[in-house]
Amino acid sequence: MSVIGKYFIFLGTLFGKGEKLSVYWRRLMEECVGIGVSSIFIVAIVSTFIGAVSCIQTAYNLVSPIIPISTVALIVRDMEILELAPTITCIVLAGKVGSNIASELGTMRITEQIDALEVMGINSSSYLVLPKVIAAMITFPMLVIFSAFLGILGGYMAGTLTGVITERDYLYGIRDSFVPYNIFFMCVKPFVFGFLIASISSFKGFFTEGGALEVGKSSTDAVTNSCISILIADYLLAQLLL
Amino acid sequence: MIEINNIVKAFNGKEVLKGITANFQKGETNLIIGGSGTGKSVLLKCMIGLVKPDQGSVLYNGRDFYNCDKDMKQSIRREMGVLFQGGALFDSKTVEENVRFPLDMLTEQSAEEKRERVAFCLQRVGLEAAAKRMPSEISGGMKKRVGIARAIVMNPMYLFCDEPNSGLDPLTSVKIDELIKEITEEYQITTIIITHDMNSVMEIGENIMFLYQGSKLWEGINSEITKTDVPELKEFLFSNKLLREMQP
Repeated sequence: MSVIGKYFIFLGTLFGKGEKLSVYWRRLMEECVGIGVSSIFIVAIVSTFIGAVSCIQTAYNLVSPIIPISTVALIVRDMEILELAPTITCIVLAGKVGSNIASELGTMRITEQIDALEVMGINSSSYLVLPKVIAAMITFPMLVIFSAFLGILGGYMAGTLTGVITERDYLYGIRDSFVPYNIFFMCVKPFVFGFLIASISSFKGFFTEGGALEVGKSSTDAVTNSCISILIADYLLAQLLL
Repeated sequence: MIEINNIVKAFNGKEVLKGITANFQKGETNLIIGGSGTGKSVLLKCMIGLVKPDQGSVLYNGRDFYNCDKDMKQSIRREMGVLFQGGALFDSKTVEENVRFPLDMLTEQSAEEKRERVAFCLQRVGLEAAAKRMPSEISGGMKKRVGIARAIVMNPMYLFCDEPNSGLDPLTSVKIDELIKEITEEYQITTIIITHDMNSVMEIGENIMFLYQGSKLWEGINSEITKTDVPELKEFLFSNKLLREMQP
């Protein structure tokens, strides 16, 4: 419980007296590149293959004369939009971005760089962490939209290239019974997950004590705790919004 | 002038500082010496506000650092320059950006004014040629000098140095010591150095305080230190066999 209390106090410090807006703007842009742009490649690879595998495995399980083959595309679309793109992408990002944030801040802590900021009278948590949290909340929804698009495209490529489904059936399936609200739901998830991943990983890194071993431990804890919090938040959001 | 009064600090019930009282004068290099684990760095952290003491006060020209409002504390902080043991340079910034960082964050100076000030500070520590290099591309001694340049870029009234010679060869150590002493005299700064380097003690120690197991056992000037009767200080000073043989 004390750790959770410390986490909320830490979140409070992010919004304490900060620095000039121009400083935050520059930091935010740097973090958007570091967190968002640098994750495009891994998101693209993971999403395309997950979409492709979803299509083939769904088709494998739907061999029935009474179910139209276009249902495969419908299932791939809904799986991508509702769960695979937001949740799996964010779990992948928890590994990449979360460990990066925790190890960066942990190293800054043990090499006295954070102490140097505090001695200068700079709100170190606000200066270092707030731009990361905001950048994650901005870029994660973008990455998830990109991921959903590539996942559906991956399904199309795998389905049509292997002959599991025709192009016409796939395109019909992904437009069939479409619920626009699901897109809103898909964008809310990474917004929340981005906040959780960036803030939990920053918290773990920011309070690292010791040496290289502890930086590694903080990094592992950041990923583990971020993944658990994503799964809990995923369930709560599904209950609340669907 | 900095006054510390009855500073007490304990971690997990173990008292690390046991009521330290001292005055550090303007324009002097004040040394805090002692073996490893005697509380030197904790005392320094108490003085610069990184660790809050359990008891006691730290006064900067009469202003109580731990009993003043936020604005006063902030203005005292901005009068401090700190050289950390490892330099504490920001890895993602070049040497020039590291030195300019306090100006970017804490002042409204124009880009030209900042550029001139950074160039002056880098030239002062002899590193104008390394301005565009990253901290990972420079030596330990250069990192310390960049740390000094960053510490003085805001024209501090108080300079704190945590083991400025650690990890450096004797020649570079002497150069760093001389640089700190020159800067102290030139800008009339109150300088406090944490060290266990005997060369520094003999070269630049104008006012020396010896800590032993969290207590102040001796205070004086460098010409008196070798004549001490305090057994713990004698043991610390003459731990080296060669020095023991030269003992007066």
